[in-house]
Amino acid sequence: MALIDVRHITKTYNSTAVPVHALRDVNVHFEKKEFTAIVGPSGSGKTTLLNILGGLDAPTSGEVLIGGQNITGMKESALVEFRLRHIGFVFQAYNLIPVLTAIENVEFIMLLQGVGKKERHERARALLADVGLADRLDSRPSQLSGGQQQRVAVARALASRPRFVLADEPTANLDSESTTSLLDMMEEMNAKYEMTFIFSTHDARVIERAHRVITLEDGRFQEDKQ
Amino acid sequence: MLVKLAWKNVWRNKKRTLIVAASVMFAVVLSILMRSAQLGSYAYMIDSATHLQTGYLQVQHRDYRENRSLEKSYVPPVGLKDTLTQMTGVSAVAPRLETFALVSHDSVTRAVGIQGIDPAAEDAMTRLSKWLVKGSFLEKGDSSLIMGAGLAKKLNVTVGDSVVLYGMGYHGQTAAAILNVRGLLELPLPQLNNSAVLMSLSRVQYIYMAPGRVTALVMMLDHPDEMARIKTELARHVPAPLTVIDWQEMMPELKQYIQIDNASGLIMLAILYMVIAFGVFGTVMMMTAEREREFGILNALGMKKTRLMAVSAVESVMVSFIGALAGLALGIPLARYYVEHPIRLSGDLAAAYETLGIEPVMSFSARPDMFGAQALVVFVIAVFCALYPLFFIRRMRASTAIRH
Repeated sequence: MALIDVRHITKTYNSTAVPVHALRDVNVHFEKKEFTAIVGPSGSGKTTLLNILGGLDAPTSGEVLIGGQNITGMKESALVEFRLRHIGFVFQAYNLIPVLTAIENVEFIMLLQGVGKKERHERARALLADVGLADRLDSRPSQLSGGQQQRVAVARALASRPRFVLADEPTANLDSESTTSLLDMMEEMNAKYEMTFIFSTHDARVIERAHRVITLEDGRFQEDKQ
Repeated sequence: MLVKLAWKNVWRNKKRTLIVAASVMFAVVLSILMRSAQLGSYAYMIDSATHLQTGYLQVQHRDYRENRSLEKSYVPPVGLKDTLTQMTGVSAVAPRLETFALVSHDSVTRAVGIQGIDPAAEDAMTRLSKWLVKGSFLEKGDSSLIMGAGLAKKLNVTVGDSVVLYGMGYHGQTAAAILNVRGLLELPLPQLNNSAVLMSLSRVQYIYMAPGRVTALVMMLDHPDEMARIKTELARHVPAPLTVIDWQEMMPELKQYIQIDNASGLIMLAILYMVIAFGVFGTVMMMTAEREREFGILNALGMKKTRLMAVSAVESVMVSFIGALAGLALGIPLARYYVEHPIRLSGDLAAAYETLGIEPVMSFSARPDMFGAQALVVFVIAVFCALYPLFFIRRMRASTAIRH
């Protein structure tokens, strides 16, 4: 059974005078431990697909099964709980909680999961050490560089022990050195925790490092290259 | 950590937090001062009017208010004055015999109000002697009189002069006497200052041929708030045809003035509350718009909307609480200052007070319940306005919010 099974997904936005077809009959599945990039030009449907995979948006038709569980019909509150337990997110602009320190940002997800104080502190420390920030535990996001903030974001995404991590253009705001370093670290996490990473990206450096590249164009599935 | 997160969020944008907290603080200060001035003025009006005129309660013949003649005077039943004096909450009891007369000096004659009083008891109760500007105050059994300085001026008399008093005694007999002026009182109310003549009770009873009679037993209270209770208790000890009446019945125009003024004051307060509510609401709306992306991210990460709402609500309560607390810290000393330093009124407002028989002074109140009530009302309004993010979060879609 595939980790993620996307079946005949279409997504149409009707909020404008002319309906926008963001996704048209997309079928794809993802397996455990994948390191996959979803690529395509702006407006090709990358972010829409990622949002649907993450349960942030609902498809107009079709269904998404995660670990065999259909999430397309889930109620909003159940989806929030599902995201918390099973999906990690990394955003383009890091989006850490600015008033919390690095370790508190990582602990925050576990707090929402109801993990005890001691355990979440230990796990957060370990994760930040894994991403190379053992010495910046008590730094606020504003005291960290973009690359460091994105590392904290990855640690936060892994903190909930999700089934997979969705990363929306994670390197878009990073310089070349930080990008390489981040990708090294993500590959390491991919190997160490057998964690599935799915990126949406324009970045050639990410595409080069991806184990699988899925290309979308005009909302249609174009290519799936291993 | 959620409370910690809320507290940290509160201080994330210090300027914004201080603006909201300052709005709440000024609202509390203004509402405290407005309400303090209102309640203080009412208390002062009542205190002033009861001390200078009626006392809080009186035992009168039940028809005296309708027919203020000596025919409705009475001889106090034996022991009644002692019973009243010993009643818990009654601080002083003084008998009065009030009537009218014409007073002449040379070719000038004036209609005056005569008050027969027990000088010591009356002075202890009404502090009348503090208004004495010339001569000396009455003594028990005194055969002379004291009068308002305004009346003395109209009659062109001064201390040591004699005046002729002419009136109608009990049962329609003639009451006439020649009396020396012993002292002059500069009473704060023109109405009294221009027409009041005070004499010892026994002298008035003698001249008006009403031995042992009074028109009222006047009472002051330790705590005016207890007036209703004391009145009910007293009523059980007062035999017919006597009755107990309170200052509200004796001075209905003052009661009505206070009611109307209180209503308009509350409307002003409501307007103040609304202005503040819009101010806080506007700031909160702006703040919410700024944080839409953050709310979306947290929701995407798995924070339930109910939790997000809870954190947001705690933030609102914290900011409002800080503002309300600061308002109390500033408002209480200000109100207390004005309690110690009341504002003396002039012009039309002063005239309006004098018409009501009240010294024209704006007093303030420092009632603890008033401070608490104002802080609480403003706090609740602020919290209510600051709950806007809750509705915003409830309607928010994470996928849209994270793109902002």
